[in-house]
Order: sequence, then structure tokens, then C-alpha cells
Amino acid sequence: MTQDDLTGSTGATGTGAPARASRRRWLLVGGGLVAVAALAVLPLLAIDVPGVLPGPTYTPGTLQLLAFALLIAALALSYRMLFGLAGLLSFGHALFFAAGAYGLGMALDAFAPSDLPSGLAFTAAIGVTLVFGLVLALTVGALALRVTGISFAMVTLAFAQAGSVLIRRNPEQATGGDEGLALDITHVPEGLVGVVHTRNLYWMALGVLVLVYLVVLWVERSRAGHVAEAARENELRVRVIGVRPYTVRLLVFVVASVLAAVAGMGYLLLQSGAAPRIATADFTLTILVIVVLGGVGYRWGAIVGGIVYTLLDQRLTALAGSPAIEALPDVLRIPLSEPLFILGTLFVLVVLFLPGGIAGLPGRIRTGRRSHPAEPLETTDA
Amino acid sequence: MDTVVLLLVTGLGLGALYFLVASGLSLIYGLMGVLNFAHGSFLTISAFLGWEVGRRVSDGTWLGLGLSALVGVAVGAIVAAATEFLIIRRLYERHIEQALVTVGLSLASVALFEGIWGTDPIYTERPDWLTETTTVLGARIPNDRFLLIACAVLVLGGIVLFLHRTRYGLIIRAGVENRHMVTALGIDVRRAFTLVFAIGGAAAGLGGVLASVYYGYVSAHLGSVLLIFAFIVTVIGGLGSLTGAAIASVLVAVLQQFANFYLAGTGDFVVVVALAAVLLVRPRGLLGRTT
Amino acid sequence: MSESSPAQPILTVRGLTGRIAGQLVVEDVSFDVAATGVTALLGRNGVGKTSTIRSILGLIDRTGEMSLAGTRIDRLPTHRIVQLGVGYVPEDREVFGGLTVAENLRLAERDRSPRRDEVRRLFPDLHDRRDQRAGTLSGGQQQMVSLGRALVNENRLLLVDEPTKGLAPKIVDEVAVALAEAAKTVPILLVEQNLAVIRALAHRAVVLSGGRVVYDGEASDLLDDEAMLRRHLGVHDAGEAA
Repeated sequence: MTQDDLTGSTGATGTGAPARASRRRWLLVGGGLVAVAALAVLPLLAIDVPGVLPGPTYTPGTLQLLAFALLIAALALSYRMLFGLAGLLSFGHALFFAAGAYGLGMALDAFAPSDLPSGLAFTAAIGVTLVFGLVLALTVGALALRVTGISFAMVTLAFAQAGSVLIRRNPEQATGGDEGLALDITHVPEGLVGVVHTRNLYWMALGVLVLVYLVVLWVERSRAGHVAEAARENELRVRVIGVRPYTVRLLVFVVASVLAAVAGMGYLLLQSGAAPRIATADFTLTILVIVVLGGVGYRWGAIVGGIVYTLLDQRLTALAGSPAIEALPDVLRIPLSEPLFILGTLFVLVVLFLPGGIAGLPGRIRTGRRSHPAEPLETTDA
Repeated sequence: MDTVVLLLVTGLGLGALYFLVASGLSLIYGLMGVLNFAHGSFLTISAFLGWEVGRRVSDGTWLGLGLSALVGVAVGAIVAAATEFLIIRRLYERHIEQALVTVGLSLASVALFEGIWGTDPIYTERPDWLTETTTVLGARIPNDRFLLIACAVLVLGGIVLFLHRTRYGLIIRAGVENRHMVTALGIDVRRAFTLVFAIGGAAAGLGGVLASVYYGYVSAHLGSVLLIFAFIVTVIGGLGSLTGAAIASVLVAVLQQFANFYLAGTGDFVVVVALAAVLLVRPRGLLGRTT
Repeated sequence: MSESSPAQPILTVRGLTGRIAGQLVVEDVSFDVAATGVTALLGRNGVGKTSTIRSILGLIDRTGEMSLAGTRIDRLPTHRIVQLGVGYVPEDREVFGGLTVAENLRLAERDRSPRRDEVRRLFPDLHDRRDQRAGTLSGGQQQMVSLGRALVNENRLLLVDEPTKGLAPKIVDEVAVALAEAAKTVPILLVEQNLAVIRALAHRAVVLSGGRVVYDGEASDLLDDEAMLRRHLGVHDAGEAA
């Protein structure tokens, strides 16, 4: 899906020959469908990629990892809309992912004793969580967007920190504190429970990613999306045409946050629980790393970044415990056995030397220049 | 009454720690527009190296602590200046990328600290006096609070003197207002950048050693926790304002202590609520400029 | 244009193009600043005069060839250009409001023996207010500080951007006198709206229109040509401005 998607995200369609543009659009849609279809049939195949995947693609362990990668990709995609499109550098995105995971977990807990039919209770729990995520996003967004640039980043960080502390405090035994929250399966559909159904969970994760992608695409193509993008480049120009940047930014913030909550719900079901780690500032920073690593200027960058990062993290962790590393002297062994050290260093190098991220690579190779569509991000700091 | 005094002095002590971190953050942001996520790591590395040197020379004595503090200050200053000179400078005027690079550095360095010193806190020895208490107005105050407050006051005074009595201080104050005009007067403002990083790093380094005294341990996450509160303090105080950072440090820490005691351990939330309130009333912070 | 210049120009600008956030604000501008006297840089509002000056100093992204007394400056950072002997009086004065008058002047001193007495003689008022914060001064006093910051050093070129903007007539005269005196020893590139001030000070004029140079010659020829003034500066009566 890479090549066609790239042209779509640059927004270059419509200029020049309309016939070619429309053909490209169909290629894009077709390519996307093929990519989704290819991902969808993975559990039915036995593809083994030694060194990248822990086992053949039909095994639960591999599917679990891939599903997790897809959910992280969905989360990164929602964050890219916030950061890449609207230029809002939030350090609190994890709050909404955690709100989805913990919200659904606690709602299922609350409904567990009730006699409601399971299907209804499950749907109701999802509905309650969505409303919760929406209200939380509106509250935090309305407050945080009163400031811009770096102050906005710090305010979102503070809210996320409050959420993280709340989860660790375990008020009324609701969140499980440091232990995390275990999924109460009373009302969860049977097909989404247990190792034997990992395949279904994988498809669910793929569904979440597709859903998030479509919503993000819709927002970016909408008038609000264009205004938010314009406001990133030049706030004054947007004010001149009579639109309050605040309103569109809040809209983008709320949509991105609710999408993060959706990904969080998927995470709860996939992992059969939620760990307090997903509410921390470090987790938000990880998403930021993923988005920048993949390439801020491209939607597919967030997806590729999410998948590459998750697989890399998993493989590096496996590598850390390997005998080859154990045998090294301390100077090499200690850094190499810390995946986050390697990923953090990699990230620094990408920011310094590869401004377009992974997704910017084809363009850089083609034009031989340092350019990517969302280049002037610094203007957000005005 | 004695409880109030204890909470107040403890709040001041914690505020002193916040200030040692926030002062550098605020100066760096004010002069360069860089949100420095690596600031917590300056603190942590200083705390670890200070502890490593102090305990080898004379564990649990004033000499050991003094050496730790010296090492902490030096390490903080050197690491911070090197970070600016080798990495931040390459992204001159690209504020988002600069913030991103510090994010990467902070993630990588914390992981490295965990690899070297482990994930669990390491408990530290302190001079006996610091573990005792002094009775003030009927309240038994742990003595380490006084050390923290004294150090922060000295640092505040030192930075203020430096800013007002030296040419580089003048350049920094002018640069916080209008960095481009400083260069247009023929001054290489980048040297001032390295300098504020060094000063901020030194303050954070001292903060690291003092934090290990206050908490009684060093850990790879020492800096990350303090950094978040320092961010809040910086926003409440007004970005770029040293005085604002000092006032907000005390306000936030005292508020936190009182809320923790009287409102069932809700200190962290009260701080966030206070942040929200300040932003609603004064988006630029208490002493933030209007330009 | 070279035959009317008495000597080599102090500043040559060739193909200067400036961008702010990727947008063109100066496009392919070429002109010279004579080695003596005042060269006025003119044009309608928003034509890019201030951006041209800022591009010369490297305060905004620019490309093109520029030489100051034979030294290429288009690749130098701002502070190095200024250190070559350029005094800059920016639009809107840009004094440091939180610093005192004395601190503003002290910050600007580049030379080993700064001309403090000279500044004190030109602007006695500043000496009396040396411990006052510059942000609390009137617009005219701030302009004195801004001029003082440039004149405290020995310069090879002064870049002066709208020094009389928003000032009372009496202060305008004072500024003009100070500039006339400075012009005896140092060439000046002056952006100015006030035609009376231009008439009094300028020897040569460069007119920008649509980001390009449309006139480059004697200031008096331009000021006498009403059609030209109307077309490029939007002035109806050449004698209108105070």
C-alpha cells in the first residue's frame, strides 16, 4: 500500500490531469484493499520470517504480536493526525488510550454481576467507554487548547500524569493499581477470549486499524481538516477567513482522542487486561517516537512506524537475553541489552539526519533532497 | 499548628528541589525556545555519579556529601553543555525537532541508567545530622529540609547575581526577550545557549544529589518524576521567568503537601487542578511576559 | 549606475531572495549602497523593504550574492556580519524592555573604546534616564536608545529601518538631525516613509515594487518626478508628507 498511499497523503491529486488523478485514486483504494486483504489472510498462512517474527504467522504467539503491532499502528495513526496534521504536540495522548482500556475494563467489571444479556452488556460497556472518552477528551482539550505550542505540550503532560497517578493509586480497587486490571470475561463474546481465538483478536485489531484509518482519512479530507492544517502553518490566515482555530483544533483533538480510546479497548481485549504502563508519559513519548520514526508527513508512516517499532522492540528484547549478548563485555552488553536505549538512540539519529522518517525515504531517494510534506512544523511554536 | 509548620517547611524543601530543576528548564526555554526533556536525565546521572564518588571517599559523612554535590554540579554542567553543543545546536531554531531529540535522549539515557545501576532504588547513606529532626514552633522538622532550602536559596541568589552582574548575564536576559535582536547587535548568542544549558545542568545536578538526600535513594527514574512537576512549575510560573519559577515551585510544593495531608493524598491532582486554574485565568503563567 | 558613485559601493546586493516560512518576501533584488551619504530604500507598504534589510543581515532565510566592502556576507551568520561593522536600527526599535537604558547601550558595545560620549552628546536625555527600564520609555526615547545602540560603535554601514515611524514631529526632527550627523562619517541605507526626511537626508534612492528594484539613481531626480512617486510610492503630492 506504500507507493499509492504516498501520493494520496501529499494531497497532490486534483492538480493537472483529472483523469490521471482519478486513476491514481482508484489505484490507491485498490492498493489499500489489497494490503488489508493480505493482512487479513495472514492467520490462514504459514509464513515464517526468521529474525523478524517469533514463529509462523498462524501461531498464536506471532498473531498476538502482530495484532499488538496493528493496535499500536492505529494509536500512532490517531496521534499523527493530532501532531502531523494539526501541529498539536501533545504529551498526553496515552491518557486516552488508557481511558479506552481501563474504561472498558471497569465498565465490564461493573456490568459483570448484572443479568443483562451478554451481547447487550458488552455493547453497553463499549458505549459507556466511548462516551467517557469523549467527555474526557472534550474537558482536557477545551482546557489545554487555551494555550499553544510548548505550553500545550506541558499541560497535556500534566493531565496525563494525573491520570497515571490515579490509575496507580487504585481508588476503590477499580484499576488494580500497579498490578494492572484483569479483563472480566463474563460478558465478553466467547470468540474474543482465550489463546484459541487469537486469530479473531487479530482480525479485530486489523478492523480497529482500518476503522481508525478511514476516520482519519475522512477528517483530513474534510473542511475542518484543511482548516486545522492551514492553522498549523499560519494561524493568522485562518483567523482572517473567519474561523476560530480553537474550534477546529478541539475537533481534531477530540476525534484523535476517541480513536485512541478505541485502540485502547482493542488493547484490553487483546491483552486480557490493562497495565498501568500504558498511562505513563513514557508511553506517550513512545507513540511520538513511532510517529516521527515512521515519518510525520505521511499517514502510512505512522502505520509502518507502529509495526516496525513493535517488532523491533520485541526482537531487541529477545536479543538482550541471547547468549551472544551475554558474552560481550559490559561496555557493549549493557547498552545492547536495553531495547529502549537502542530505540531512543535510533530516534535521535532519525531526527538529526532523516527528517522525513522511514516514510520519507522513497521521496528522498527520488529527489535527493531533504524535503517532506509537513516540513515547517516549527511554526506551531509561534 | 505544629502540623502546619511541618507541612510548610517540608513543602519548602520539596519546592527547593522543584526549583533546582525548573530554574534551568525555564531559562533554557526562555532563551532558546527549547523544551528540554533531557533535563531529568542531567539530574539522574549527576545523582548517580555523585553517589558513586561520595560513597567511595567517605560514605555517610559531610565530606562525602560535599564531594557528591561537587561532582553532581560538575557532571550536570558538563553533560548539559555537551548535549547543547553536540546535538541541540545542530537543530538551531527548529524547536519541535529540538524537543524531540531531548525526548529521545531522555528515553535512551533512562534505559542506559537502568542497564548500569538496575531498576530498583539504591538506598544511600547520609550524615547523621540530616536524619535527625529539629523542633521549630513545636514541629519536629527533619533536618534535610533545611539543607535543601538553603541550597536552593543560594542557587537562586547565585543565578540572579550572575544574570545582573555579568556581561553573559546581560546577554541571557536580553536573549530571553528577543534573541534575534541580540545577534543583530553582533553577539554570538549560541555561546549563551551553551552557557544556560551548563547553568541549568549544574542546578539540576545539585538537585540530583539533594534529591537522593531527600528521598534517601537514587534510581534511574529520579529525574523523570521531578521533571514532570518542574514542567508544571515552569508553566505556572511563566515560561522564561526565573522569579516565576521560584514562586511557583514553593506554591506547588506547599499546596501538594497540604493536599496530601488534609485531602487524603490528593496532592498530585490538586497540582494539576491548580495548573488548569492558572491557565484559565492567566494562560501565560504568573509572571509570564505578554509578548 | 556606477558613474555617479564616487567610489566603490560599500554594499552590493545581487539577486537577493528572502523567504519567511517558505514564502517569498524578497524576490531577486539587486542594488548598491554608495560608499558615502544616505541611500534611501523606498516603496509602498508591504513591498519588502524591511524584509530586504533583514535578509541582508541574515535574520531571515536568504540566497543571493552580497558583499560588504568586498567581503562576501551572504553565507555569514548575523552576528558575524554585524561584527564586520554594520549598525542596525530595526523597525519598531526593538529595545530590550526589561533592561535599563544603560544596559541596552552596554549590550551593543562591540568596540574596544565605544563612543559613549558621542551618544551622550547626541541624546542627552538618555543619560538622565540611564537606569530606567527601556520598556517604560516613550516611543521617541526608545528610538534614541535604538539609534544609540548603533552609533556607539564605529561602523562601516548603518541599516536604519523606519526611524521616524509613529513619532511626534519634534522627535522626527531630532532623529533626522542625528542621522544627518552620522551620515557625515558613515554610509546609511535608510528605509523611510516620510518624504520630507528623505528629501533632507537622501542622496541616492532605490525603489522596490513587487519585490523588485524599479528605480536606482539620484534621490533628487526621483523626488522631482511626481509621476514616478505616484506610481511607485502611492504619493499624490510630493510635498505632502510632514
